[in-house]
Amino acid sequence: MNALPLILGFPLAAAVALAFVSDHRIGARVNAGASLATFTVSLLLLVLETPEPTQIAFIDDFNIYLVVLTSFVAFTAAWFSAGYIAHEIETGRLTPAHLRFYHAMYQVLSFAMLLALTANNIGVMWAAVELATLTTVVMVSLYRTRPSLEAAWKYFILGSVGIALALFGTILVYLAAQKAMGPGMEALTWSSLFAEAPNFEPELLNVAFVFLLIGYGTKAGLVPLHAWLPDAHAEGPTPISAVLSGLLLNVALYAIVRFKMLLAANGDALAPGPLLIAMGLSSLFVAGLMLYRRRDIKRLFAYSSIEHMGVITVAFGMGGPLANFAGLLHMALHSLTKSAIFYTIGLASQARGTQQVEQIRGLTASHPALGWSLVAGTAAISGLPPFGLFMSEFLLVSSTFPRAPVLGVLLLIGLLTAFGGLMLRLHGIAFGEAERDRRPLVGSLIPVYAHLLLILIAGVFLPGPLVSWFQSIAEVLG
Amino acid sequence: MFATLAYDLSHMTGAMVLLAGFAVLYQRRLLGVLRAFACQAVAVAVAAAWQAYSQEAPHLYVTAAIALLLKGIAAPVALDRIVRRLDIHRTVETAVGIGATMLAGVGLVVLAVLLVLPVTISSAALTRETLAVALSVVLIGFLIMITRRNAITQVVGFMSLENGLVLAAVGVKGMPLVVEMSVAFSLLIAFILFGIFFFRIRELFDTLDLQSIESFRGERR
Amino acid sequence: MIQAAITSIGLQLLHFMVALASAPLLVGSTRFAKSRLQGRRGASPIQPYRDLLRLMRKETVLAHDASWIFRITPYLVFALMAAAAGMVPMFALDLPLASIGDLIAIVALLATARFFQALAGLDIGTAFGGMGASRDALIGSLAEPAVLMVAFAVALVAGTTALPAIVRFVLSGGVGVEVSLALALIALVIVAIAENGRIPVDNPATHLELTMVHEAMVLEYSGRDLALIEAAQMLKLLVFVSLIASLFAPWGLAVAADGFDFAELLGGMAVFVLHLLAAALLIAVFEVSVAKMRVFRVVEFLGAAFILAVLAVVFRFVTDVS
Repeated sequence: MNALPLILGFPLAAAVALAFVSDHRIGARVNAGASLATFTVSLLLLVLETPEPTQIAFIDDFNIYLVVLTSFVAFTAAWFSAGYIAHEIETGRLTPAHLRFYHAMYQVLSFAMLLALTANNIGVMWAAVELATLTTVVMVSLYRTRPSLEAAWKYFILGSVGIALALFGTILVYLAAQKAMGPGMEALTWSSLFAEAPNFEPELLNVAFVFLLIGYGTKAGLVPLHAWLPDAHAEGPTPISAVLSGLLLNVALYAIVRFKMLLAANGDALAPGPLLIAMGLSSLFVAGLMLYRRRDIKRLFAYSSIEHMGVITVAFGMGGPLANFAGLLHMALHSLTKSAIFYTIGLASQARGTQQVEQIRGLTASHPALGWSLVAGTAAISGLPPFGLFMSEFLLVSSTFPRAPVLGVLLLIGLLTAFGGLMLRLHGIAFGEAERDRRPLVGSLIPVYAHLLLILIAGVFLPGPLVSWFQSIAEVLG
Repeated sequence: MFATLAYDLSHMTGAMVLLAGFAVLYQRRLLGVLRAFACQAVAVAVAAAWQAYSQEAPHLYVTAAIALLLKGIAAPVALDRIVRRLDIHRTVETAVGIGATMLAGVGLVVLAVLLVLPVTISSAALTRETLAVALSVVLIGFLIMITRRNAITQVVGFMSLENGLVLAAVGVKGMPLVVEMSVAFSLLIAFILFGIFFFRIRELFDTLDLQSIESFRGERR
Repeated sequence: MIQAAITSIGLQLLHFMVALASAPLLVGSTRFAKSRLQGRRGASPIQPYRDLLRLMRKETVLAHDASWIFRITPYLVFALMAAAAGMVPMFALDLPLASIGDLIAIVALLATARFFQALAGLDIGTAFGGMGASRDALIGSLAEPAVLMVAFAVALVAGTTALPAIVRFVLSGGVGVEVSLALALIALVIVAIAENGRIPVDNPATHLELTMVHEAMVLEYSGRDLALIEAAQMLKLLVFVSLIASLFAPWGLAVAADGFDFAELLGGMAVFVLHLLAAALLIAVFEVSVAKMRVFRVVEFLGAAFILAVLAVVFRFVTDVS
């Protein structure tokens, strides 16, 4: 039995259904329910035998891992979104008509992401990433305020340019493959591309990779292509910020890593590692330094996402079993942690009626559960033990030192810079004299607790099967 | 004989597309920009139709039709109406002077040629050329987006960038999914037009400038 | 041997005569076509002959401060233009003079003429002369790189800078739909418009103080000097028109390598007349349909020509890979 039709089918069906649901409470429940169903069937992928690649789908451990992660976070975000959105209706920032659209788009977005992850065709993958971009643009502009429109516009233009360059790269990959594989659909299919990669024309493949890196790198928010990211995070509804940071960036990275594997399989092509490492390190440093001057809490954590994308890119750029393992772990844990953080700051900024750091001050005093969750999340994201991100960062740094000491030092400096920036801001947000709430705090913290629990477990004790599974994926990534 | 004709004609349509890209750069009035862009889209449509004929790939006619109808007619007409209705000042605001951008454009063309020709030695001559021209068109589209500070011209820049992609896709023999890709892009473009039309994005932002939003968010003192 | 020399000298003389005789006609018919397009009756196409004759008969008035430069310039400019006209094929190829000077020599002749004209404009010390000279120098400094680039592109395509050889190459049909040539053609047309002071760069029909360029420069000339200057200007237009025609539409020109073949020469003449009429009509249509641009815009206009010419060269290289 193949679970894939269900995984892609649930969001699609839910999107159609939600387009006809006008009551926003029912819509929110259907949204969360469909996401839960998608998550449940995606778990089947873990249990069932991995299906053979078909024209449409290409399933291996790498994307099973991402599909499960994506559908899980999409589910908790949908759960969180139900409470969040109800609050927005009460304050009048959104209308039920907006929400109908929002819920349908949410499912289209998860469909697009899952399709991009599982497609066996680089053209289809490209189209799915484009679809995901379009839906998130719509979501970012949901509030229809001038800044949100500007943010959406900027995201849109930069994202489109990225998409366009990725397509050029895709065409070049096809051209590189043509000599070995002849014309036709085969030369766009992952499974056959990997098989034939050694016979590709290396020069063309190199140029193609540069275009793909710039194209999908824009979507992954890598410096210097990150300009859209903080604005899009700050101006959209918070559940969407969580999905953007936690999932969509991963999807773009997934594409880059796949193409990197293609290059690695071709002996004569240039080594993609240094390019990735350069972009990753620059993301780490630029974003780390930017953390110091943020006054908007969502922008603060958006920059932190750029920083972590940088770390993951460095890890995959280094390659090798250990670094890849660290990268995979970091990817998953960053998704979980960052979305948990966005849930908490979503609630906090609703209560305080602002996203300004100064006016969210003293959260632990006024809302202990929320405040301490945010403290825990921020501690986790800045890489403090006992949370999982400490593990993955430690693994990465320690595996880098013996291979490239200079790089290891740079990585450490970058991580410490970001750490300092976050700690500085955290102090202002969580502690000190509490500001007055403008509205009562509503919404469930259960998704936050679930995420925090998972990253805590990952930091303290990684189950053996999971470790060996990650190791096998890390082997595949080369 | 036919082979050289096929070659010459694709060569010529490619040059027309590139030339129209320069024409967009050269224009000083918004309406002139739109007209030059429409010419480019028509040239792309001709190129696609010619490739459809010479490669005997009928599906490319769809791409040609999309280029002609959507980008050659619908988009310029819609943008024209927007420009007139919003009464956006008819002069293009330039970040860099027109002469300088044109020189930069030539530089980009040279760059594209120098980049593409060495790496495609084993490909067919026609493919190599089309690819070089297409990359030039893409880069010039970028140039338009970067140097013209106005939402409309940015959209035009994006669409002409996309014209370059269509040129590349139809020029590579036997490329599957070209039609699907052009449909996907049409979706993007329709979306952009829709956005401009409904949200009345007027003069706006320099896309690479974070300032306006940062100041709104109180991140700049 | 001597026979051949006599024939070729005869051909060259005939060429000069035809050039001198047809230059005013070209200008006259352009004006005529233009006025008809504008709905005026217009002067007859032979009016420029009458104007030149009238000016020849008039007394020359020289300004007090005029130096020898001012006095020799008309003769010099006319001579240079005539020399250039002698090298460009109009109705027949293989002119003896053409073997002396190639494309670049023609550009140089034109540049020298412009140099002296600008000097003469400055020499007299009036405001208009200086203004015209400086604007003309501006246009020239932009037009010459463009025209050299065009020469470069054409030479790359044809493999030579000698005009007869280039024309032969085009005639041989090996060019096909050659994009480089098309680009070079557009560039050359732009340069020709600017060099001849036509709309949209300059308006040859007005003496509007703020906009005139060429007319301002020659404002102080009168009588025979003015006639020479005007004739030189007409020749310049003829040079450009026949340069463009022979480079890009040479079909039907008499290929008079040796011996007078009258039928061929007559055919060449017919083609030449056709070229002139077509040019007059095209210029008229173009000038009626566009507006004159601001001086600052001229920079971009000529810049476009330069860029087109550069693109022509680039495309030449792109094609080379086949």
